[in-house]
Amino acid sequence: MTMTAPANAPAIELKGISKAFGPVQANKDISIRVMPGTIHGIIGENGAGKSTLMSILYGFYKADAGEILISGQKTEIPDSQAAIAAGIGMVFQHFKLVENFTVLENIILGAEDGGLLKPSLSKARKTLLQLEQEYDLKVDPDAVIEEIGVGMQQRVEILKALYRQANILILDEPTGVLTPSEADQLFRILGRLKDEGKTIILITHKLREIMDITDTVSVMRRGEMTATVKTSETSPEQLAELMVGRKVLLRVDKVPATPGDVVLDVKDLRVVDDQKVERLRGIDLQVRAGEILGIAGVAGNGQSELLEVLGGYADGTGTITLNGQPIELTGAQSDGRSRRARGIAHVPEDRQREGLIMDFTAWENTAFGYHRDAAYQSGMLSNNAAIKAETQAKMDRFDVRPPHPHLAAKNFSGGNQQKIVLAREIERNPDLLLIGQPTRGVDIGAIEFIHQQIVALRDQGKAILLVSVELEEILSLADRVAVMFDGRIMGERMPGQTDEKELGLLMAGVSGDA
Amino acid sequence: MNFFALFDLSVLDTTVRLATPLLLACLAGLFSERGGIFDIGLEGKMLAAAFFSAALAAITGSVWIGLLAGIGASLVLSAVHGLASITFRGNQLISGVAINFLAAGLTVLIAQSWFQQGGRTPSLIGGGRFEPITLPFADALSTVPVFGPIYAELISGHSILVYVALLCVPGTWYILFRTRFGLRLRAVGENPAAVDTAGVSVVGLRFAAVGICGILCGLAGAYLATGLQAGFVKDMTAGRGFIALAALIFAKWRPWHALWATLLFGYLQAIALRPDIIEGALGFKVQVQLLDALPYILTVVILAGFVGKAIPPRAGGEPYVKER
Repeated sequence: MTMTAPANAPAIELKGISKAFGPVQANKDISIRVMPGTIHGIIGENGAGKSTLMSILYGFYKADAGEILISGQKTEIPDSQAAIAAGIGMVFQHFKLVENFTVLENIILGAEDGGLLKPSLSKARKTLLQLEQEYDLKVDPDAVIEEIGVGMQQRVEILKALYRQANILILDEPTGVLTPSEADQLFRILGRLKDEGKTIILITHKLREIMDITDTVSVMRRGEMTATVKTSETSPEQLAELMVGRKVLLRVDKVPATPGDVVLDVKDLRVVDDQKVERLRGIDLQVRAGEILGIAGVAGNGQSELLEVLGGYADGTGTITLNGQPIELTGAQSDGRSRRARGIAHVPEDRQREGLIMDFTAWENTAFGYHRDAAYQSGMLSNNAAIKAETQAKMDRFDVRPPHPHLAAKNFSGGNQQKIVLAREIERNPDLLLIGQPTRGVDIGAIEFIHQQIVALRDQGKAILLVSVELEEILSLADRVAVMFDGRIMGERMPGQTDEKELGLLMAGVSGDA
Repeated sequence: MNFFALFDLSVLDTTVRLATPLLLACLAGLFSERGGIFDIGLEGKMLAAAFFSAALAAITGSVWIGLLAGIGASLVLSAVHGLASITFRGNQLISGVAINFLAAGLTVLIAQSWFQQGGRTPSLIGGGRFEPITLPFADALSTVPVFGPIYAELISGHSILVYVALLCVPGTWYILFRTRFGLRLRAVGENPAAVDTAGVSVVGLRFAAVGICGILCGLAGAYLATGLQAGFVKDMTAGRGFIALAALIFAKWRPWHALWATLLFGYLQAIALRPDIIEGALGFKVQVQLLDALPYILTVVILAGFVGKAIPPRAGGEPYVKER
């Protein structure tokens, strides 16, 4: 884009943007200025209106009021094509890539040079090489998307935007799918892009990312922009308060654990998957009453399999006892129903696939797994009125918003979905709670609540096995930390007596007690 | 016993004729499904095209006007399918079923009203039909051993639509894999959101796909009534639209594979017409009914997934709704 605007004009300026969906005011009189060559964070809870705002900027929606200025010039953005022409590139949270196309084909899609592909492809190949050197963005142009990892897929999305000569790059929750090291790599790339004069807007709900990488940050709450501050002049606590509208505890408030008898005792647990790969290679662990055992580790090192076997939907070998009584690992008595009957509740890692049926209502989801309960029966029929009443009560206790049992699970935000699952499992008064990634995709206000619930359950003397890839979460919540790597427990540490560096080495399998 | 009699030139010649409507319909389905619109209405569109081409050819005496009418009728049904499944985001299967019923009923009804011949059109004669074309040198070369008879009998002597259908195979391949339109078409069938965010109209691409499908179905139907046979009779497509769909799955949505798949079906239909050859080749008599059923049995086998894993375009059958 040629710049005729004064040098000090903001790369993007929004003036009084408003957008309503029916009675819901998604964006209310929003104004921001983002200077060129800076990284601007937009932070806010789910449903605060961040995505709506960016959709307006990318031409998905038309604002009801307000105007957009790009490099000081008033610009209409009626569709994505106009956004691209204005030099805006967007990296969506869920990538918009064609899975069975190559990297190169994805990059030229919609930006071809003519009716035939060959010239476009060879031009793109050259440009890609330049971009790769310029920004240190390494991809294999001939790789097929479905065969490369999410980190590289994300780089393809960034390259797509750069290939269209984007000067402004919007990234929507870019680290949600990345491992910590991939996220670090992404931030290095973003830093490089910034150095080259690109303007970056980073949408996230992770305070740490905002603090680490942005120059300025805007906070959104309920459709309004509550503040715009320099990152260097703010703190995570202040941002959290601005986001949620009240003081938020970023650290978990808890008293030291008083562990009782061993509830769960796992010895030499092994799991072999469908491809005959051994996923768990002899796990030994114990969880006592009134304590939280945190399992740390990079995703894919056997944590999921551990939860699946304990939760009763994968077979394994070894011995497991619950309160001294053996638990079946294969056969008819090793299913989820039997586990629940024994007092093992399970909040699965992937709540949208394993924890809920997204198209079903909250009250139906509340009954799942426990739908054979006598309280839910009325003769041969299920007593829907009773289930609904109970769901309503649970939703009130767990502060699920909106508190409507008839709403489909998919219509709740991530945090509220998790609360529905948590309410279902915790309120059964289990002896052992298995909980995987309790706060993945959950916003700050809800994280605080969920953590409090887990600690409260511990204080009632329950045993809790917590699996999380968020090291911070493990360190703040667990009473004891076990690190998994490649299907083994590498070692156990007490949270107060270790740090992220030591645990990181265990997670990478570099050192270990085993 | 003479096994090679199974591949007698006259059988192969019939194979090509019978495979032609299947091939055209299969490629029609290929365009539509590659663009993400499932179309079980191929049958109905062919049938409508068969009737209108035969009717107009009978009335005007010109097969070319008939052909245009056939394509037009098929395009109208395509537009209905597009409107239902793209614009109004309806269920593509239901829309397709409706088109099949509509065509089955309307063709016979209109035929009876126009011609009073029990739901048929009058037999087409002269310029009302596509006549076989004799390719250059066919007679001169017919005496050359091996190549001569193949050229004269198998390659030469088909109607123009047969050659059009065969040319559509490399044409489709080229469009799909070598042009911008093809790239976008394949993308819109796999992930319409990727196309949309790249600033290309999903609706436009999908209507284009459905439109091409309509033209090819029109050709297929017109060939049935004015090339393969001389006039329209009730339900003359006889499930060819569904066989074409099975061939499409068998071909894994690829143009060249589609040619081989439809030739296989054409061959099964051709051999069913010659029980004498089968008896001669195998040494025993096979029930005619069984032979007639063979293409349909193969269809069921393919649709039941016995031919290995066929991955349809991933966004197929799903109306595109913009996120958020």
